[in-house]
Amino acid sequence: MNTTINTINYFIAGYVVIFGSIIGYVISLYVRWKNLKQEEEILTDVSDQK
Amino acid sequence: MKKPTVLKYLDILSLVALLGATAMVFFYAPTERVMGAVQKVFYFHVAAGWVGMLSFFFAAIAGLLYLLKKKKIWDLVGVAAIEIGIVFILVNIVTGSIWARPIWNTWWTWDPRLTTATIMELVYIAYLMLRQGIDDPERRARFGAVYAIIGFLSVPLTFFSIRIFRTIHPVVIAGTDPTALGAFDMTPAMFQTMMVSIVVFSILFIDLIWHRIRLGKLANHVDELKFNIQD
Repeated sequence: MNTTINTINYFIAGYVVIFGSIIGYVISLYVRWKNLKQEEEILTDVSDQK
Repeated sequence: MKKPTVLKYLDILSLVALLGATAMVFFYAPTERVMGAVQKVFYFHVAAGWVGMLSFFFAAIAGLLYLLKKKKIWDLVGVAAIEIGIVFILVNIVTGSIWARPIWNTWWTWDPRLTTATIMELVYIAYLMLRQGIDDPERRARFGAVYAIIGFLSVPLTFFSIRIFRTIHPVVIAGTDPTALGAFDMTPAMFQTMMVSIVVFSILFIDLIWHRIRLGKLANHVDELKFNIQD
């Protein structure tokens, strides 16, 4: 008869990696967007002053 | 650059669908009798692998379209797809390793599937690194397009590796290899959860690639502004 192995820690680790990676990627998209928007504003101002 | 209404709804749909799929994995899918809770990593492990390979397929198609039409948008689609593919294949590899520790009694083994998946990941990481070394945007896009098409050869090699070579990696659907360790028969609830996870990750992929393409367009616009100021 097979007995179930206690693998709950690995299960939790797996889902931490999955959600951590997805959330991390979404944050990286958001940060890059914010930085580019800021840069765009500055460059538009400089371009208008020229 | 205003966010389209459809994209706002897609954001909400992706989030709700992801929570729904997670609930299915946690509460609906039964716990496998031998492997216990860690088997539940399988649902998102497979879905992440699917999205990774789908991304690389998109990148190859975008590469082909760039070479044919020479439109910047296809270069943006290609980079976006490859970046997302790298993230999801990394998730796929790491979750596979976590699953392997209690089931195979090792974090890693140079099995054909693990090896080909790692090569595939490295091929696309190299794509991003090599792109950064080319200054001329047109040359960079042309190089990226050709690389994405040739690099795609690593995808079928990875996908079919568990069906061609002798491997310990389980083939869950229609797999009969007696050397596979950790194989299991899927119950209808397990199969439904896997299919829902694949669909949900596909929706998430569409949402993410749309955002990443918008980011690429904004980056191009900023580059144009810089160029105009320098002139």
